[in-house]
Amino acid sequence: MRKFVDLHLCPSIENLDQVENMVKKSSELGYHIVGISLPPDIKRDEISQLQKICRDSKTDLVTRVDFTPKTRRELLNNLRRFRRRFEVISVICTSKTIARQAAKDRRVDILSFPSTDPRGRFFDDAEAELASKALSSFEIDMTLLLSSKGFSRIRLLSCLRKEVAIAKKFRVPVVISSGATCEHLMRGPHDYASLAFLFNVTPSLALRALSEDPLAIVERNRGKLSPDYVVEGVRIIRRKNDCLDV
Amino acid sequence: MPRRVRRRYLALRVVSEQPVSQRDITSAFWNTFLQLFGEYGASQVGFSLIDYNPQKGEAIVRCSHKALEMVRASIASITEINEKPATLHVIGVSGTLRALRKKALS
Repeated sequence: MRKFVDLHLCPSIENLDQVENMVKKSSELGYHIVGISLPPDIKRDEISQLQKICRDSKTDLVTRVDFTPKTRRELLNNLRRFRRRFEVISVICTSKTIARQAAKDRRVDILSFPSTDPRGRFFDDAEAELASKALSSFEIDMTLLLSSKGFSRIRLLSCLRKEVAIAKKFRVPVVISSGATCEHLMRGPHDYASLAFLFNVTPSLALRALSEDPLAIVERNRGKLSPDYVVEGVRIIRRKNDCLDV
Repeated sequence: MPRRVRRRYLALRVVSEQPVSQRDITSAFWNTFLQLFGEYGASQVGFSLIDYNPQKGEAIVRCSHKALEMVRASIASITEINEKPATLHVIGVSGTLRALRKKALS
C-alpha cells in the first residue's frame, strides 16, 4: 500500500488545538506522514508535544523548517546552524540569487516558489539543472492554487505547467504538498492528484509526488541524522560492545 | 449505431460549518467548473446530483467517464459554498450506483 506524505502543514504552533485538528484531518484523509513547518528556534519539548499529538492520530511527524533568506550569506548561515536540527529544510526563493544558491546546496531539500507572478518564480532550466545535481526537490503548494482566483490562478497554472515540464526534463523530483493553514484547505491525496491534472501532471506522477518522492527525502535525511551515519554510503552497523570477538 | 454513454458515479463528503442544500452543491460545482473549464468543457461533462443526505453530509453525483478528471479537479477546487468555507471530498468513484453504495457509503 502506498504511504502518502503531506510535507507542508502550516498550523499556528502556539494553537495546539488547531495543530491537533489538522493532524487528525490529515490522518482521516489518508496521510501517514505529515511535515509541520516549525520556527527555527523551537524547543525540544515543544517538538515532543507535537510528536505526541501525531502519535495519537497515528501519523508520523516530520520536523521541517522554511527559510526565507534575503541574502546568500543569510541562507548559508541558516543552513550551517539548523541543518542537523530538522529533518527537512525548505528554502522559499524570493530572488534569483537565493534560488540559485539554494538549488546548488546539497543541504537544501526543497525549493519553494510562493509567488503567483511569473516574474517571482525562478524555476527555469538552469535552476532545474542545479537542483537535479544537488538532489533538491521542487515543491508545489496546493493552497496557492486553491486560494487564488481569476487571472492570478490562470498565471499560476501556466507557470506550474512550464515548471513541471522543466522538472520532468531534468529529472528533478516534484513534491506536492498542501501548505494548508486551516482545515478547509486540506484535501486527500487523490484530490490533489486530480488538481494536478490542471497543470498536465499525470495521475501516476502526481501520486508519486505525494508518496515516493517526499518519502525518499524523509528517509534519506533520517538516515543522515541518525548517530550511525558517517558519510555518504558509510554507516556504523555495530559498535565496540556489540561486536563479536573474532 | 451510437455507443452507450459510459458514466462514473462519485460519492462525496460535504464539510461545511452551515447547512448546505442540494441546490447549493450544484451551483458551487458549476461555478467552479465554469471558471476552470469554461462553457465548452461544461457541455461535455454530463453532471447531475443523484442523491444527497444533508444529515450525513454525503452526496452522489454522476458525470461522463471522459470528464471524470475535470469533475474531480473542480470538486477539489471548491473552497466555499454560499460564501462560507466548505470542502467537498471524493470518497469513492465507481461505474455503477450499486457498486458505489457498497464500496463508499456502506
